[in-house]
Amino acid sequence: MKLVIFAGPPTCGKTTVIRQVIKRIIVKNLKPSFVKIDVLYADEDEAINKEFGIPAKKIYSGELCPDHCNVVVLDEVVEWAEQKGSDYLFVETAGLCLRCSPYVEKSLGIVVLEATSGMNLPRKIGPMLTLADISVITKIDLISQAEREVFRYRVLEAAKSITIVESNALYGIGIDPIVKKILKTEDVEFPMFLRGNPPVGTCTICVGKKEIGAKNHFGVLRTMEKELFYIGE
Amino acid sequence: MYINMDIIKITLIGGQGKDGSKENVDRFDLKMGDIVSIVGPTGCGKTTLINDIELFANRNTPSERQILINNEPVPENFTFDPSKHPIALISQHTNFLSDLPVGEFLTIHAKVRGSTEIGNVVNETIEFANKLTGEAIIKETAMTELSGGQTRSLLIADAVVIGNSPIILLDEIENAGIHKTKALELLKQYEKIFVFVTHDPSIALLSDFRIIMKAGAMQKIITTNAEERLASDELRKMDDILIHFRTLIRAGEVISESVLKESFETQTQ
Repeated sequence: MKLVIFAGPPTCGKTTVIRQVIKRIIVKNLKPSFVKIDVLYADEDEAINKEFGIPAKKIYSGELCPDHCNVVVLDEVVEWAEQKGSDYLFVETAGLCLRCSPYVEKSLGIVVLEATSGMNLPRKIGPMLTLADISVITKIDLISQAEREVFRYRVLEAAKSITIVESNALYGIGIDPIVKKILKTEDVEFPMFLRGNPPVGTCTICVGKKEIGAKNHFGVLRTMEKELFYIGE
Repeated sequence: MYINMDIIKITLIGGQGKDGSKENVDRFDLKMGDIVSIVGPTGCGKTTLINDIELFANRNTPSERQILINNEPVPENFTFDPSKHPIALISQHTNFLSDLPVGEFLTIHAKVRGSTEIGNVVNETIEFANKLTGEAIIKETAMTELSGGQTRSLLIADAVVIGNSPIILLDEIENAGIHKTKALELLKQYEKIFVFVTHDPSIALLSDFRIIMKAGAMQKIITTNAEERLASDELRKMDDILIHFRTLIRAGEVISESVLKESFETQTQ
């Protein structure tokens, strides 16, 4: 199974991009599944399940930082998708503080950025952009050519080898190059590791343990089904 | 990998309309210096067509069209050098979001475009924009404080001068409070491909040819002939009359019968 992780600030158009991607994956007779990790509210799983009839699920991080939640539940999420017989698992993360990066090795990392967030955004978000494989720039029809060019330039300045895809996702424009990359992604493998280190902090994830799965961490944790619990002294 | 090439012409190869049937127009070339209009009723696919050009569609958009540059398709995972991006698109929704002063903003864009004489191109851009708009743009004004007409004018000037893009796509700019016939005259001096999506008969007739759209498909291409050129001169006079009345009304004049008569006489001479 191949794992594709989507990150990006709220309302940047991640779900719209994913919808268009799923549409094209299904046409190829491949089986995708979808998981949304969000903080307090999400209904994309129900919408996507209804629209495409594919396995879809949401996980609320609640009190936990959503990127930390991603780290401690992703192994179970991958197992769940494999049990469902999926060829592709699309994980959409909330990525709120912009200092983390949810991508793991042997997966495809896609950051979705909206052109309307201002020319300085690529300089502000760090590893969510720099560790991604593809940067999808959405809502390109709304801003001036000049700002678009500065935006694109600054994305490349922050992440030299990233693939930029400019997309007007509502109309399905610019989606095919993303699908091509997704098809070429290598299979996900256990044990999974984060690509980058989260910012300095006090929990096991924050201090630099990159192993995926609650069993590899202590402190305040959760699993896919079980609410927050504590393991430690 | 950056693509870096001099564009001599682009070729549009027809795909399909909204109902999946083949387009009437098979293939046509746009060469440097061409001005072309795309016309047709609302919802007929004009904007989709310029989006296809903008993305160098390679049979990978819903219309299945293909765009060739100098007879070659553009590779899938292409990246243009950001300082030499060949296409500028100015749409009816396009806006400036930056609140930087005009001069500072244009300087950033000129730097990204690798300009060597930044001060000069910035001034040239503002001068060009001021020829298109009624109210002069001042370098120190914040971008977000510009009026609708000033914004459109600056968008065009920036794409032409700083961007120096060989292909410029303009989506329904006629409603933006700029002097459109003047704009076309100015633009003709630059050896570029200009594509106008328009409902305006003057712009359509001032173009070298026009693409007629219907139900998402290119129906036919009409080259502007000598007779139509004459018609466009007449339309321009009508435009001038309208602009004249706009000036009078803006100045608080009352339009009496004698003013009406006089205006028609002076403007149609």
